[in-house]
Amino acid sequence: MIGANFDGVALAVFLAFFALVTVMGFVAARWRKPETLAHLDEWGLGGRQFGTWVTWFLVGGDFYTAYTVIAVPALVYAVGAYGFFALPYTILVYPIVFAIMPKLWSVAAKGGHVTAADVVHARYGCRPLELAVAITGVIATMPYIALQLIGMEVVIHAVGLNGELPLIAAFLILAFYTYSSGLRAPALIAFVKDIMIYIVVIAAVAIIPSKLGGYGAVFAAADAGFKAKGSGGILLAPAQVLPYATLALGSALAAFMYPHTLTGIFASSSGNTIRKNAILLPAYTLLLGLIALLGYMAYAAGIKPTSNNDVVPALFRSLFPSWFAGFAYAAIGIGALVPAAVMSIGAANLFTRNFWRAYVNPAVTPAGEAKVAKITSLLVKVGALLVILFLPTQFALDLQLLGGLWIVQTFPAVVFGLFTGWFRAPGLLAGWAVGFFGGTFVAWSDGLKPLHTLVLGGTSYTVYVGLLALAANIVVAALVTLVTPARQPMVAAR
Amino acid sequence: MWWLLLLPFIGLLWIPFFNRTTPELFGFPFFYWYQLAWVPISSLITFIVWRTSRSGDAE
Repeated sequence: MIGANFDGVALAVFLAFFALVTVMGFVAARWRKPETLAHLDEWGLGGRQFGTWVTWFLVGGDFYTAYTVIAVPALVYAVGAYGFFALPYTILVYPIVFAIMPKLWSVAAKGGHVTAADVVHARYGCRPLELAVAITGVIATMPYIALQLIGMEVVIHAVGLNGELPLIAAFLILAFYTYSSGLRAPALIAFVKDIMIYIVVIAAVAIIPSKLGGYGAVFAAADAGFKAKGSGGILLAPAQVLPYATLALGSALAAFMYPHTLTGIFASSSGNTIRKNAILLPAYTLLLGLIALLGYMAYAAGIKPTSNNDVVPALFRSLFPSWFAGFAYAAIGIGALVPAAVMSIGAANLFTRNFWRAYVNPAVTPAGEAKVAKITSLLVKVGALLVILFLPTQFALDLQLLGGLWIVQTFPAVVFGLFTGWFRAPGLLAGWAVGFFGGTFVAWSDGLKPLHTLVLGGTSYTVYVGLLALAANIVVAALVTLVTPARQPMVAAR
Repeated sequence: MWWLLLLPFIGLLWIPFFNRTTPELFGFPFFYWYQLAWVPISSLITFIVWRTSRSGDAE
């Protein structure tokens, strides 16, 4: 079990923090203690009472995942400026959240809805559309959970533990406290995780450039590195401009359609809590922009990572003392637990409300719902673990890529109804089907690449498939709504 | 004031405007500091929209 990077001090620090959050995870059941946890509003949404700060830590901890901390610098290291699309993406997401989410929250709170598919069902009274939204949410989330496991695997190897046993142990512990405490567990742990990540990143961006000769030297080293490699660069190539913009915009539209981010929205205490968070959450985006630069610092530090995902651990190992490297690995590892917990809760809520209650047991009690959701959250996590243990990593990465394309297809069904009564269920369902299956087919026939090249009038445009599929989705939704008869006769017949 | 929320989209998606290295700031090429600068600007814009629209919907 002991690997090449074994470092006793780093491992001890890592384990100490892991033990701390484990205790917090179980104690969380008693935090802001409800009369009973045997209600989906309590287990799955923490009682819908999280104020501005709790929501800030929870959504921050849940949206900026451990995998982000590993993968964004890895991409920037590999391709340069293009990897930076995460920055405009996570800026543009907040005006969208500000404009849409308080309204969605208000509809959900008034109707007692727990999931986006609940809201869609209440709005359109169409079971197939509700099911489409729910299934899309669950299958887009599964590979995202698997990705968190990959992030955790990277840091577990970084502290010098090999084999799969540590990963299994960490995930089982996570599964048990999520089962017993529900959303309260990740909400409480998010405080620790976010503060640790802030400390690590502020230390990294302050200390590392001074060791490497300043930011000017960091960018110069990266530039020289890309020129030596003959690919990538610190500016976008002309062919990358449109992909960069469409990926940023498409990802921003998709981000808060995921069950885990929506769970954070539904769990907040008011529309104003969400508005304030749309103003305050960009602090994490600043952090992400700085984290991305770690990819360039690797060039300046002369790191030779074994794989792109090893860029961040290798940088910390070579530039930080053992105890701080251990602290940083713990921050990333805990950073995987929070989103994984919220994702499994979000998926479990969808299964319980929009499948179990809709098709299996319509008379289920609130306590029964909580029970179904708890068991589902366990199954979802075990499923993600099995995917990581038995299928190639690339499988999870490919599915995650499709996940973004899939989830953004629920945008019209979930959001349009908040602002207009014009679109109708058959149109939205047809639009979803075209976007979902058409987009998947295009991505699949391009070899599972997120970009597709269109040739219009002799000029070729390369754009993000998710955004392309969303455009087709909206056009079809509008056309089908136009040609299907209005439901007036039915209303009159009542 | 809601139209103000469109500004970040224009600022960040009109890429030819900022896909350049100069002027540099603290060693950061323009491409990087320009986009990082949009984080606080976008926050401020959202704050302004929030303050000016608050009377409209109290929730």
